[in-house]
Amino acid sequence: MQPALRAIYTIWYREFIRFIRERSRIVGMIGQPLLYLLIVGQGISAAMGFRGVPANVPVNYVQFMYPGILGMSVLFTSIFSGVSIIWDREFGFLKEVLVAPVPRWATALGKALGGSTVALIQAAIMLLLAPFIKVPLTPLIILQLLGILFLISLSLTFFGIAIASRMETMEGFQMIMNFLVMPLFFLSGAIFPMTNLPSWMAFFMKIDPLTYGVDALRRIIYADADPRVVEFLVHYSLGFDLAVIALMALVLGILGSWSFSRQE
Amino acid sequence: MAVIVVRDLVRRFNDLVAVDGVTFDVEEGEIFGFLGPNGAGKSTTIKMLCTLLKPSGGSITLAGFDVVRQPDAVRRAIGLVFQDNSLDDRLTAEENLLFHGLLYGLPRATIRGRMDEVLAMVNLDDRRRDIVHTFSGGMRRRLEIARGLLHHPRVLFLDEPTVGLDPQTRSAIWQHIHRLRQEKNITIFMTTHYMDEAENCDRIAIIDHGRIQALDTPDNLKRGLGGDVITMMTVDDSRLQQEIAARYGVRAVKDEEGLRLQVGDGATFIPRVAADFGGQINSISLRRPTLDDVFLSLTGRAIREEKLSAADLMRLNRRHGRRH
Repeated sequence: MQPALRAIYTIWYREFIRFIRERSRIVGMIGQPLLYLLIVGQGISAAMGFRGVPANVPVNYVQFMYPGILGMSVLFTSIFSGVSIIWDREFGFLKEVLVAPVPRWATALGKALGGSTVALIQAAIMLLLAPFIKVPLTPLIILQLLGILFLISLSLTFFGIAIASRMETMEGFQMIMNFLVMPLFFLSGAIFPMTNLPSWMAFFMKIDPLTYGVDALRRIIYADADPRVVEFLVHYSLGFDLAVIALMALVLGILGSWSFSRQE
Repeated sequence: MAVIVVRDLVRRFNDLVAVDGVTFDVEEGEIFGFLGPNGAGKSTTIKMLCTLLKPSGGSITLAGFDVVRQPDAVRRAIGLVFQDNSLDDRLTAEENLLFHGLLYGLPRATIRGRMDEVLAMVNLDDRRRDIVHTFSGGMRRRLEIARGLLHHPRVLFLDEPTVGLDPQTRSAIWQHIHRLRQEKNITIFMTTHYMDEAENCDRIAIIDHGRIQALDTPDNLKRGLGGDVITMMTVDDSRLQQEIAARYGVRAVKDEEGLRLQVGDGATFIPRVAADFGGQINSISLRRPTLDDVFLSLTGRAIREEKLSAADLMRLNRRHGRRH
């Protein structure tokens, strides 16, 4: 096997084994989106209804939020996987990989693929919930969703790797969560629609690349729904969304591998 | 034949010169030690030899490959045991070895065979399926040595291999190292700041302030000092130190043993000093020079005066904490 391929495979395989072994992490990463969907989603719609939606559009708040929660679970899991390089450094394993006769970019790619695999397993579990909130899915839809989620997840894990390569300790992690990850999530249109917002906020939503991820997810999930629903939920064409996501994957992929290769 | 050739090696960190023009050769099959206090430049040198750090100047050839230009060839030729833990403690011993083998491009069948071989060598075959998390510090260290050998390197680097380990584990690890050299003719390059450990090496480079102060076998280094070492417990160390210097022209050094001085012939010196300063001396002892005395005479300081650095303490605590 080529050195690059075996590094990608080995690092991916390690991520996977560690994931399977950490039961608490599995429970946590399924529990968190459930919490959002069931408690935040139900709570908000019970207290306020879904006032943003025009009267004649047959969609409720939980259905609106569901694709956003899929995006959220992938966002958190991917960034976390990337940033976990800090633990690898702290507890030494990173050194073992850095002195192995394999290219560094391949190590970063293996890590990103490992993070994406974990995120996709989580997303697949979330997809099982769709029937309960009356979102009909077909095998084709599921396949398309997993494809988009994979691209998003790959870019975000690389993003996490880029951040971790510049961070010395875990102390900055809370900062990253509060000032980077949470805003990315809130501004992606996952939990409120992009309509009737103050213009500064609409601006930030437009420059949040995740907005286009969530938009694409909604487009695919509600492809067969009432055209009024699609018109209300989706703002961009699938082609545009995909272009933005692919660009994000490319830029973050290069940034992540480059930052990882540069560290000593 | 020299397996490591180092010429005029320099490493600067901004204004600090950590390694300041180091030149030496290491022969195939040799146990070569770098001895010096913390901060002397040992770890910086080992990092450059292992391709983890780029030299600011000079050259290193390892197993015939240039460390800067052919890092991957060098990496395949060396095994590394780091000062800090570098195992994945959520994986089993076997998995740690498997991943190492895969990263070094060994086929799975080969990995399985070598796993048995290296695990038996470090007496861990009965714990192979256990998660590393449950291992003691000594077991982890042995597993790291096993892992470093899995791809049959020509040179094994051991950076402070026994720091923080209890004496039994230390001597067990040394037994493994000697056996390795015997069975595989592997070259071992190690750093240490333990004197007794340095005695195990074929040759030692004493390093201080980024320079090699002396390089020879332990016996030659000690013989080079000549004479005997006398240590005295006294009533007032400082006063006697001055009086001895004034009367015999001999420099005495204070350390936790008391006053330490080096003389040509201890057997005749003791009666003299006892007659001259009897009232001030509680006890006198005589011994052959150790490597510590060699270090002292080269640098004016004793290695063992060095207190543990903050980083060392943290490392020890962490290791200790994770044993539970």
